[in-house]
Amino acid sequence: MDTTRRELLIQFSKVLVLTGTAARALDKAGEAPEPGDTYQMAAHWWGMIIDIDKCIGCGNCVRACSKENDVPEAYFRTWVERYQVNEDRDHPMVESPNGAIDGFPPTTRSDVKSFFVPKLCNHCADSPCTQVCPVGATFISPDGVVLVDPDYCLGCRYCIQACPYGCRYFHPQKEIADKCTLCYHRITKGLTTACCEACPTGARQLVDLKNPKDPVHEFLRNNKVQVLKPYMATEAKVFYKNLDGSVR
Amino acid sequence: MQGVDGFMYPNEVELQWSLLIVIYPYITGLVAGAFILASLERVFKVEAVRPTYRLALLTALAFLLVAPLPLQLHLGHPERSFEMYLTPHRSSAMAMFGFVYLWYLTVVLLVEIWLEYREDIVRFAQTRTGAARWIYKALTLGSENVSPASRRIDDKVGYVVTVIGIPSAFLLHGYVGFIFGSVKANPWWSTPLMPIVFLFSAMTSGIAAVLVLYLISMKLRKTAVDMRCIDTIGKYLFYTFVIDFSLEMLDLVQRTYEADESFRSLDFMVHTRLWTSQVLIQILLGTMLPLCVLASTQLWTLAEAVRRRLYVIASALTLVGIFAMRWNVVIGGQLFSKSFLGYTTYKVQFAAREGLLPALALLILPFVLFFILVKLLPPWQKPAAEA
Amino acid sequence: MRFFRDAGHLVRPAVVLLAGLAAFLVIRSAVVPKDFGQYGHYRPAALNLIRQRPLAFAGQGTCVACHDDQAAARAAGRHAHVACEACHGPQAKHTEDPVGSKPVLPDVAMLCRRCHEKDAAKPKSFPQVVTAEHSVGLACNTCHQPHNPHL
Repeated sequence: MDTTRRELLIQFSKVLVLTGTAARALDKAGEAPEPGDTYQMAAHWWGMIIDIDKCIGCGNCVRACSKENDVPEAYFRTWVERYQVNEDRDHPMVESPNGAIDGFPPTTRSDVKSFFVPKLCNHCADSPCTQVCPVGATFISPDGVVLVDPDYCLGCRYCIQACPYGCRYFHPQKEIADKCTLCYHRITKGLTTACCEACPTGARQLVDLKNPKDPVHEFLRNNKVQVLKPYMATEAKVFYKNLDGSVR
Repeated sequence: MQGVDGFMYPNEVELQWSLLIVIYPYITGLVAGAFILASLERVFKVEAVRPTYRLALLTALAFLLVAPLPLQLHLGHPERSFEMYLTPHRSSAMAMFGFVYLWYLTVVLLVEIWLEYREDIVRFAQTRTGAARWIYKALTLGSENVSPASRRIDDKVGYVVTVIGIPSAFLLHGYVGFIFGSVKANPWWSTPLMPIVFLFSAMTSGIAAVLVLYLISMKLRKTAVDMRCIDTIGKYLFYTFVIDFSLEMLDLVQRTYEADESFRSLDFMVHTRLWTSQVLIQILLGTMLPLCVLASTQLWTLAEAVRRRLYVIASALTLVGIFAMRWNVVIGGQLFSKSFLGYTTYKVQFAAREGLLPALALLILPFVLFFILVKLLPPWQKPAAEA
Repeated sequence: MRFFRDAGHLVRPAVVLLAGLAAFLVIRSAVVPKDFGQYGHYRPAALNLIRQRPLAFAGQGTCVACHDDQAAARAAGRHAHVACEACHGPQAKHTEDPVGSKPVLPDVAMLCRRCHEKDAAKPKSFPQVVTAEHSVGLACNTCHQPHNPHL
């Protein structure tokens, strides 16, 4: 009786060890950095600056992001809102037709203050979305980009609930939480993000806060700068110049 | 856009947490409540509710086993759900809840049931035949020692387990409340009162569930109801419900008084999209009416048959009311935009993965499990109970 | 001694629980990647996985390397800061296969209108027209050269 039980235990642990080794091998395959990679994560702290006075609401950024990242239709990693604010500042008229992927139908109203606000993930340094993830599928990278591990996310959607800015969505095909990656695959190669590349007026600009020569330092020093929902204390890293107080 | 009034951030239009996520806190609430009722007898020596002790434990187990199912059905990748145990993120209330659930199921509930039923299990292992015999033999875990001395030790250990079980039950459902209450991005959810409100509404619904199951079971077995027992349960149901209602009203009054930036938007939502489910079903039908019914049994001397019927009515209404409360918290929290400028609508589908059909199946399943457990481990005490 | 005989059965559930815990720990050490937690509570392999996404936009630096004459025209005009792919769309495929994968220019009128149609919300200093009145049915590039559009 006892011998059979011991034998069974030994066989069982052998199976476990073999499974574990196989799992580890599969894990390593296809995920090593390419040879000749010189990108140092510790040398960067990414963010974005947006100049409200320059945005013309053309929607190029939304289209570019959608093409660069295969964003599913009706979901948005970035979008543009148009505000029309009269003296009742508690009730601005806001619209974002299909996220502004086709721009906006023109408005001629001159009796109100109107402007465009591009929005995206703020890549918060103290993000509530990474705080609530139960398994560590969403996180902030050492260079300041909040990312989702597509092979680890359960699709519980807690992070989508926790984001104060509405920048996350549930990918209908992959069935995971998804959002702006700050084009991590581009910026780690020295390129800029798709939205910044496509922006015709330079309203959106990728910035690196750890780079002493980056224009962000002058931008932050010389302008009236805001982040969205500052009372949420998320340490957002998308900085808006001349953002009106009525913007939510 | 379809179903949207005003402005919403483009990704907010679709609801993320559906009917299944309404069912999940409802079920875990019933577990916590049923267990607290069981502990009334064991720890607080409320002897009158002894007839429902084993019933309450089995109710708790039946619901606890079903509780993870709506979550699994909801997940985008249920096959990855074990990751919550492998790499739990300590700052996530959801991850920590996985362990609270596991702790409660194994160390509290299963151990307590095993200790309580051990004598019966051993007897069945010795007297039953066929497949049943092997099931009971397995349940004995290899020990057939039911001497009076061992039973006395079981009693002492069971007492300790129940004492540990009470804060564990509080933690079980309080944590679910915290999962919502700690989301600062959502003003409908974010309040320190949330875990406490969830806990008391859980206790209310759990007590009501045990009351209903007891009355139905006695009816099916054509056995007389222990009136002293259900009078006491009715009394505890009434008190718990009063506390629960007071807490919810406190939240409402404070919100209305402070009227912060979210208030107008939320107020509008309650008056329009949430009118039926919150004001009519949860508050009037599901709280005020059962409270009046229960109050009438406390204030006036009524005949037994009348009291029995009133308890059933009050419990059934309570169960509906607490379900509505879960609905209003989960769905209500997603109907308004975080820009406070718009609203969306939630349409429950019928035969979809998170639709009405699976929801009904998940609500019925615990009763099926309960029926099986009652057959396996009969809760009916012999009249000459242990001294 | 008698205590242990009477309490002996309690060892059984304890053993079941401990066995479960042991099995869990074994599974965990086998399945969780060894470098999990190296940078934070996540799999470091995810970083490389995300970085390996192929490009859709090449970036104007790559365009200018071949198309220096168009780049020079552009640099002299008002569209100097408009990237090539802002109008021509993502062309990473074209940089890999310049002959086989030629860019297709979208409809000119729609392209120009998207930025330059008059809108009260656009900055006042930004050049914008009511195209119905301005173009009189003509295509924009009848008069304006897109790389250097100012007349």
